[in-house]
Amino acid sequence: MPERLRDLLAIEPLTAEQITFLLDEAKPFQEFQRHPLKKLATLRGKTAALAFFEPSTRTRISFATAASRLGADTMNLQAESSSLSKGESLLDTVRTLDAMKPDCIVMRHSSSGAAAFVASRLEIPIINAGDGMHEHPTQALLDALTVRDRRGSLAGLRVAIIGDILHSRVARSNLQLLGKFGCQFTLCGPAMWVPREFECANQSVRRTSRIEEALEGADMVIVLRVQQERLHEPKLPLDEYILLYQLTPERLRLAGPEALVLHPGPMIRGLEIDPAVADGPQSCVLEQVTNGLAVRMALLFLLIGGGSESDPPKGSTHAAD
Amino acid sequence: MSVVEKKQLMSATEIDRTLQRLAHEIVEKSGGTANLALIGIRRRGVPLAQRVARAMRGIDGVDVPVGTLDITLYRDDLSKVAQHPVVHSSDIPFAVDDKDLILVDDVLYTGRTIRAAMNGLFDLGRPKRVRLAVLIDRGHRELPVEASFVGRHVQTSSREIIEVRLNEVDKEERVMLVERVD
Repeated sequence: MPERLRDLLAIEPLTAEQITFLLDEAKPFQEFQRHPLKKLATLRGKTAALAFFEPSTRTRISFATAASRLGADTMNLQAESSSLSKGESLLDTVRTLDAMKPDCIVMRHSSSGAAAFVASRLEIPIINAGDGMHEHPTQALLDALTVRDRRGSLAGLRVAIIGDILHSRVARSNLQLLGKFGCQFTLCGPAMWVPREFECANQSVRRTSRIEEALEGADMVIVLRVQQERLHEPKLPLDEYILLYQLTPERLRLAGPEALVLHPGPMIRGLEIDPAVADGPQSCVLEQVTNGLAVRMALLFLLIGGGSESDPPKGSTHAAD
Repeated sequence: MSVVEKKQLMSATEIDRTLQRLAHEIVEKSGGTANLALIGIRRRGVPLAQRVARAMRGIDGVDVPVGTLDITLYRDDLSKVAQHPVVHSSDIPFAVDDKDLILVDDVLYTGRTIRAAMNGLFDLGRPKRVRLAVLIDRGHRELPVEASFVGRHVQTSSREIIEVRLNEVDKEERVMLVERVD
């Protein structure tokens, strides 16, 4: 069994063994989502603080539901209503939260490194739910779980990532995670959004501005959301993006019938993805959402479910299992 | 802390004979195998449940369904587990509603495992009846739990441990009494 995790700040420092352990630990929680009675008492009396300094709907609901199904309570801090707008510093805000004695803090912040900064100053476990342009580790884990279920293994897959890679923490976490399993990447999008840093850092990464080239022979395609507010830097007309980069059924045919389509959401039909692909048999988007719950339940269970004391459980032969 | 082996409690033949007897008792007390299902508690309860089911087929010619229950999420001692607790899948391929269930485990000790198993079962539905079959009852209960079917009662001290070794899990087949030494 791999070394005990204290926090989940990024995929980057994890080993393939630790990632495999996390994905295996999520399996029973996938099955749990099909139970008629979706409530455990495992984390009864524990509290997860959800500190979302940046607006989020799906990730926040996913963590809140995961905590609730494990029997834990949540404290909610949301960007719109937070004292941040009154000028309080990040550190003061999280110290205030910490003083209410939660058992972990799940946080999202617009600054890269914010979760690591907080983790270095507080004792309790921190889960990074997205920090700026850095990482979104639970998204990469749920993507990996989804793909591993459908393909049987992550090893050596050919991965195409389409869209605004420059600003995407989802892309960075996926590159980190899948890279540890020997995957090959093709990054594709308008040149301004596909920085050279990835290609330089890793031999298994190549860039292209032609989507046909990226899709050719791909085993999995990650379609990123187009953040329309970013289309102005420099200016790119929306209809041109659609023409050049929308994932359509015709283009997906280049990747073959077995290729999987993933999207971290929220998905804009008709922009980065054609509705026929979004709803097609190769699309995994709803499995991703369900698997997100399983991954987050497993993570909360691991980080705050066990004790920190070192004395082994007494007596029964099961304790050793 | 280490452990020393004190004596062997059961050989492979004795384990097999005991499970045959348990299967007969269960069938007899249940008036047949209709509506019966076995649930093995991970880990060693699982092969035991499968073997009891096999023995029942020999008696009644009927395949009694067997499920697997992992109790990790229902344990009351998680705060004492230092390592990452590992959760395994439960696999119960039938509806537990209105079933006559036999929980199967290797050793009955404090009763806490059984308490956890019952919580897990009732999250899946409402069985008609739940009984417990164990290979060894070693006493020292901390909860009001008793087994309906017991392979063997063994007097133990709290420093002693019953080690059940089964081919499917341990690649050997015997039951031993060991003692902890500091």
